[in-house]
Amino acid sequence: MENLQDNQFDVWEVFIQSKPGLPHIHAGNVHATDKKMAVQNARDTYTRRGEGTSIWVVPSLNVTASDPDENEMLFDPSNDKMYRHPTFYILPEGAKNI
Amino acid sequence: MNSKEILYNYCLRLGDDALILGQRLSELCSKGPILEEDLAQTNIALDMIGRAQALFNYASEINGGKNTADDIAYRRPEFQYRNHLLVEQPNEDFAHVIARQLYISAFEVLFYGSLENSKDSILASIASKTIKEIKYHLQHASDWTVRLGDGTPESTFKMQRAINNLWMYTGELFEMDSIDDQLLKSGIGVDKSPLIEKWRKQIQATLSEATLTMPEEMFMQSGGKQGVHTEHMGHLLSEMQYLQRAYPDAKW
Repeated sequence: MENLQDNQFDVWEVFIQSKPGLPHIHAGNVHATDKKMAVQNARDTYTRRGEGTSIWVVPSLNVTASDPDENEMLFDPSNDKMYRHPTFYILPEGAKNI
Repeated sequence: MNSKEILYNYCLRLGDDALILGQRLSELCSKGPILEEDLAQTNIALDMIGRAQALFNYASEINGGKNTADDIAYRRPEFQYRNHLLVEQPNEDFAHVIARQLYISAFEVLFYGSLENSKDSILASIASKTIKEIKYHLQHASDWTVRLGDGTPESTFKMQRAINNLWMYTGELFEMDSIDDQLLKSGIGVDKSPLIEKWRKQIQATLSEATLTMPEEMFMQSGGKQGVHTEHMGHLLSEMQYLQRAYPDAKW
């Protein structure tokens, strides 16, 4: 496994923006030796069918993730707070994307 | 040749370069050094085949529809193919794939950049579309040339070997013959003679960055545009044309 990783270069996380103004959304990851190659590989892997207008790449090592063991503490308290959902408004007719 | 036949032949030359290199790169499908590079090479292959399709469709139109784009691509004998010898050279190793792409893409950036100003509006629009793809091909090939050239002793050796081995097929890219001359006169074709200096500068810059040496002057091979190909061409065609030869008009 160690050897395999050596052969396949470092892992980079890829974020694709589908239209200007929209957020960059995590698409997956690629292998690359440097940032230039990471952008090119992301382009070839994730935007071949016209999915993107912008690409971000980040070394996976630089991503800090939440600890799954802390899931209860982090996420459960929001389960019963219905009032935090913006579902109690009456939308004006014709208003979209709210 | 009348002016229609000249233009028809010009389209075949440009289309054949794209088709044959597209076929060569397709051979790499599932054989890339890593998954991402596999996708990159086959992406370039698809760009090439798309360009060939556009050019053959136009050739078919010029020819009054006597033969379709598929007929042109798959049903000619070897000596009727008009591609440069460079693009039919086998993949050998990854360094050869990259060196071939570097040489041809550096040429195509200049060539199609100039063809964008063609008086023939269809050729000009094909050029405008394809130049964006070519710029990416050149960047991809240049980056790999530098990476491998300025890499380990083994990668440097292999990259230099590929650069040297394919050098003799680069002179042909800039040759002008009667078809080129006549289309240049009518404002349709490209004057390739002034491109060679720019091309050499571009290659020199990339090779220096890659710590590689520019090959010395040597005898340049030629003949592709007249249909005289290297021994690799027949093998390539036998695979490429197999389906149309074995099952003519096959549909799926």
